[in-house]
Amino acid sequence: MKRWFFLLVAALGLALSQQPAPLKIGVVVSATGPAASLGIPERNTFLLLEEEVNKRGIGGRRVQFVILDDASDTTQAVRSTRKLIQEDQVVAVIGTTTTPASLGMIDVVAEAKVPMISLAASKAIIAPVDAKRSWVFKTPQTEELMARAIVADMKERGVKTVAYIGFNDAYGEGWWTFFAQEAKEGGLNVVANERYARTDTSVTGQVVKIIAARPDAVLVGASGTPAVLPQRTLNERGYKGLIYQTHGVANPDFLRVGGKDVEGTLLPAGPILVAEQLPSGFPSKKPALDYITRYETKFGIGSYSTFGAHAYDAWLILRAALERALKNANPDNLAAFRAALRDELEATKNVVASHGVFSFSKDDHLGLRFQDTAVMVQVQNGRWKLVRMFR
Amino acid sequence: MDWTVFSFLAADAIQSGTIYALLALALVLVFAVTRVILVPLGEFLVFAPLTYAFFLPPAVSGLELGGQIPGTAWLSATLLAVWAVLERGHPRRALGLLLAAAGVVALAWVGARGVPLWLGWLLAVLVVLPLGPASYRLFFEPVRNATVLVYLIIAVGLHFAYQGLGLVFFGPEQYRLPAVWGGQTNVGIVPVNNQAFLVYGFAVLAMAGLYLFFTRSLYGKALRACAVNRYGARLLGISPSQAGYVSFGIATLISAVAGMLLAPLINPAYFQGFLLGLKGFVAGILGGLISYPLAVVGALVVGGFEQWAGYASSAFKDALVFALLLPVLLWRSLRSHEIAEEE
Repeated sequence: MKRWFFLLVAALGLALSQQPAPLKIGVVVSATGPAASLGIPERNTFLLLEEEVNKRGIGGRRVQFVILDDASDTTQAVRSTRKLIQEDQVVAVIGTTTTPASLGMIDVVAEAKVPMISLAASKAIIAPVDAKRSWVFKTPQTEELMARAIVADMKERGVKTVAYIGFNDAYGEGWWTFFAQEAKEGGLNVVANERYARTDTSVTGQVVKIIAARPDAVLVGASGTPAVLPQRTLNERGYKGLIYQTHGVANPDFLRVGGKDVEGTLLPAGPILVAEQLPSGFPSKKPALDYITRYETKFGIGSYSTFGAHAYDAWLILRAALERALKNANPDNLAAFRAALRDELEATKNVVASHGVFSFSKDDHLGLRFQDTAVMVQVQNGRWKLVRMFR
Repeated sequence: MDWTVFSFLAADAIQSGTIYALLALALVLVFAVTRVILVPLGEFLVFAPLTYAFFLPPAVSGLELGGQIPGTAWLSATLLAVWAVLERGHPRRALGLLLAAAGVVALAWVGARGVPLWLGWLLAVLVVLPLGPASYRLFFEPVRNATVLVYLIIAVGLHFAYQGLGLVFFGPEQYRLPAVWGGQTNVGIVPVNNQAFLVYGFAVLAMAGLYLFFTRSLYGKALRACAVNRYGARLLGISPSQAGYVSFGIATLISAVAGMLLAPLINPAYFQGFLLGLKGFVAGILGGLISYPLAVVGALVVGGFEQWAGYASSAFKDALVFALLLPVLLWRSLRSHEIAEEE
């Protein structure tokens, strides 16, 4: 009896030792700090994915997400990235939530030659694709794509003159740069350009100046609940034209704090925001609904956000690339596998995800086509309503 | 800038100026009596309305909090309980403080169960009110004869602690609160929120109240005596600690009520208090941190200048407001020859 037991243990040990080591994927997100409302759904998405992926594994291997929090801080993000690469020996890094921290991580991954998929918005993260950025990809739409959607919508509605008011930080400046450029190309006349701080409690001075310039439309280049203030002040001071926001407000808190002040707001968004309203031919409809159902099953009805979906998209791209890379390269030779994985990421074609269809190339590490990734949404009766597609 | 623009800006300047004036009054009061520059005053200003958000029915606030007790109540109760421990030499006082701590939690519990709006409003002020005096007892009283600089460093530390706790308690997003008096009234061509009139009413009331308090009541006169000469006041049997509690209490009350009245106009969030407090401080400095009427004038100047800066060059608005300090400080330092006295 005893001998049988030993044999069994030995056999089990042998079997276990032959099972390949799990594929480790590093994740850096801002689960705390100012960007937490974006970072938390991203982290939750990976918790959800890890459970599901390991029911089958990839190429016979288990997948392990090593998730670190950067507290919305660049230094912390860089340190976490180093730790993931050196100590945890990850094959790829996904993250992080914010643009400055993602920019900081580029040097680290390029030096260690590890592919990275950022979840932050700015175009500067992936363009131009130079020696360093050849290791870097990203999933969220750039300001440029969304500004194009806004300008296209403005032209359709017969807007001739437009005013801009945005944050006096990287977000507001980034939007101003791309919006001014798109507006100029679209033949719109920008009549005012104002700034305010996220912490401001009054923007009357700026708003009075904007109203005095009599624009047909106003674009608010702000994110989250602080984006309500200019819009509220515009209403209180009797502005009657169109008001546009950016996709940085696409969360329930904006609707809650804005209330009737934000009724009628127009904004560009990823298709997932209005997934149920998309026509059945829209490519992202199925993956978006799929993601929402899975997320809400685990975390509760109404808990999903468009930001978590960027993490989901990153995983869809990475999973496909991993499957292909596993055919030609062995993960035990880490350096070669990381390089192979990068090549396969760059070869990504037509991955249908919740925010659009991704096709990377040598010069394009965003890979989103405008018509598949941006829709115009309006706030109607306190809900997001799809009002325009560009297909 | 034409007449229309000017009157719109002026209306808003008066609104924000009034808030700065209230904060400046509270800061000057606390500084005169205790030599503390109460940096965390702005935190008390936002804590009150954010606590109120927890006492609102879900249909009004849009939040599903499920009867959760706001973190500020636990903070208040904890500080009061620690105060009670410090007073263990006086069992009756200690017992009273413990009862107060339990009372705060009980009030918050009642509030979170769902109460009429006006009652929730009062409860929120009551829950936040102990924070001021308790902060004085716990953090400033133990270093009774420290320099102004030491007090300032403690105050800045408290500000960071309370702001961080604000993020923990209330999260990063703003809240929407119902106006006590909704709608707008046209004054000339300018639509003014009715809620703003309540702010003005409270400001007038607070100023008149403070005036009467300082000129007519024994407590007020004792505080003034403390402000003029602490040592002399003590010789006359006035307790400086008691003066500290009273002045911190009045300051907290003023800023909490100001916050409650202002909140429906600004959608409060945990981070907004500091900047408001800082501008109140600038206003106080314009009055040399000693004169109440000058502080009020200073507050209106800050409010007006801020609106003008927002209109003329919005990207540099706050920089311009704080730059206002430089000429004033220069002028004052050239004019006054007294050497800062430390006791």
